Amino acid sequence: MPVDGIHDLGGLQGLGRVAHSPAEPAFHDRWEAVARALMELVAGAVEASGGEFRHAIERMEPGHYLTSSYYEHWLTAAATLAVEHGVVTHADLEARAGGRFPLSGPVLAPPVTDGGPDVGEPRFGTGDRVRVREWHPPGHTRCPRYVRGKAGTVVRVDGTHSVPDVEAHGAARRHEPTYSVRFDAADLWQDGQRGVSVHVDLWDSYLERP
Amino acid sequence: MSGERHHHPAPVSPVEQRVAALEALLTERGLVPEGFIEEITRRYESEIGPMNGAKVVARAWTDPGYKERLLADGTAAIAELGFGGAEGEHMVVVENTPAVHNVIVCTLCSCYPWPTLGLPPAWYKDPPYRARMVREPRVLLAEMGCPLPGDAEIRVWDSSAEVRYLVLPQRPPGTEGMAEADLAGLVTRDSMIGVARL
Repeated sequence: MPVDGIHDLGGLQGLGRVAHSPAEPAFHDRWEAVARALMELVAGAVEASGGEFRHAIERMEPGHYLTSSYYEHWLTAAATLAVEHGVVTHADLEARAGGRFPLSGPVLAPPVTDGGPDVGEPRFGTGDRVRVREWHPPGHTRCPRYVRGKAGTVVRVDGTHSVPDVEAHGAARRHEPTYSVRFDAADLWQDGQRGVSVHVDLWDSYLERP
Repeated sequence: MSGERHHHPAPVSPVEQRVAALEALLTERGLVPEGFIEEITRRYESEIGPMNGAKVVARAWTDPGYKERLLADGTAAIAELGFGGAEGEHMVVVENTPAVHNVIVCTLCSCYPWPTLGLPPAWYKDPPYRARMVREPRVLLAEMGCPLPGDAEIRVWDSSAEVRYLVLPQRPPGTEGMAEADLAGLVTRDSMIGVARL
C-alpha cells in the first residue's frame, strides 16, 4: 500500500504565489511558541526520533495539512504522538478543547524490528553518476518523489546518519552515508530551465548505479 | 469610554483552544517544566536569528582565511563565532558569485539552519515556495524580487537529509572601507536563504 504523502511538495503546480514577507517575528502569537514547546516535550517524553516526529506530521489529512500553518502541524503531530504513546486520550483532548481535535491518520507501514546492517563505507564518490530508486514506500522516507528514477551526479559525500525510513517505525536503527546529488533541471522536468541544477541530499540505500 | 471595550481579550480560535487543551493535559501529567515555554520563547526571540548568520557573512567578507575555512567546513567555522546546536550540526555554506546564484529550500518539510538564521519564515514552510523553488527557480526568484541575469547559473539546494545550508551572498559594491560590524548590518535573512541579492 504505497503512500505518497501530501507533504512531498517538490514540483507540484497550481499552488499560487509565495506570500513573501522580508521580516517576521519568531512567533506570530503565543500559541505558536506553546505548540513548539509542547512538541519538544512530547517528543522527549515518548522518545520519538526525528523520523517519527516528521512522519506524524506527514500522516495529517491532506486537506488539513495544506490549509493549516506550520505550528498547527506541530500541534497535531504532538497530540497524535501523545495519544499513540498513551500519554493522553483523544477523548481527553476533545473534552478539554471543547470541540474537534483532528489527529493524524494511522501508520500504514509495518513496524521495523530489524533495521538491517549499517553501511559504513560510502558506495559512491564525488563525481559518480547515480540513479535514485524508483519505489513508493508505505511509510516515512526522505527521498522526494520528484527525483525517484532520475539520474544525477554525486557532488559531496557527507557523514553517516540514521536512516529515517527505519527510525520512524520503531526502535531499530540503521546508519548509512548520505550524499548530495546534483540533478540537471532538464533531467527532472519536461520544462526544466536552462542553467538550473537541483541538489538533493540522499541516503545510500535510496541510490543505485545508473 | 468606548476604549474599555478593547480590554476584552480577543476570541480564542479553535487552534488556540487545542493548544491550551494539550498544554493543560501535559501539565497535569507533570510533563511541562516550570518556565519551559517562556525559555523557548526568549531563546528564539532574542538569541537565535539571522543576526548570527550576518556575523558569519561579514567575517567571511573581511577575512579571506575565515572564508576559506567556512567554505571547507561550515560547521567548524560557524562554531568559531560561537554558533551551533540543533539544526546546525552539519552546515554547508554555498557561495554566490557573479555567475552562480544559490538558493535553499526544504521540499519535504521546513529544514532550515536555526543557529545562524533562526526559525524559518512562514512562507519558507508554506506549500508554494516548497513546490516551486525546485521546478521554476528563475521565475520564482524574479517574482520574489530577485531577478537574475539570463546567463546566471542557479543552484537549488533541497535540505532533504542532515545537512543545513547557508548562502554566502556577494559583498555589495561600494563597501570596501566598511568595518565588519557595519557590514553585518547590511546582510539580510533573505540574502542568506538566496531569495535576495545585496
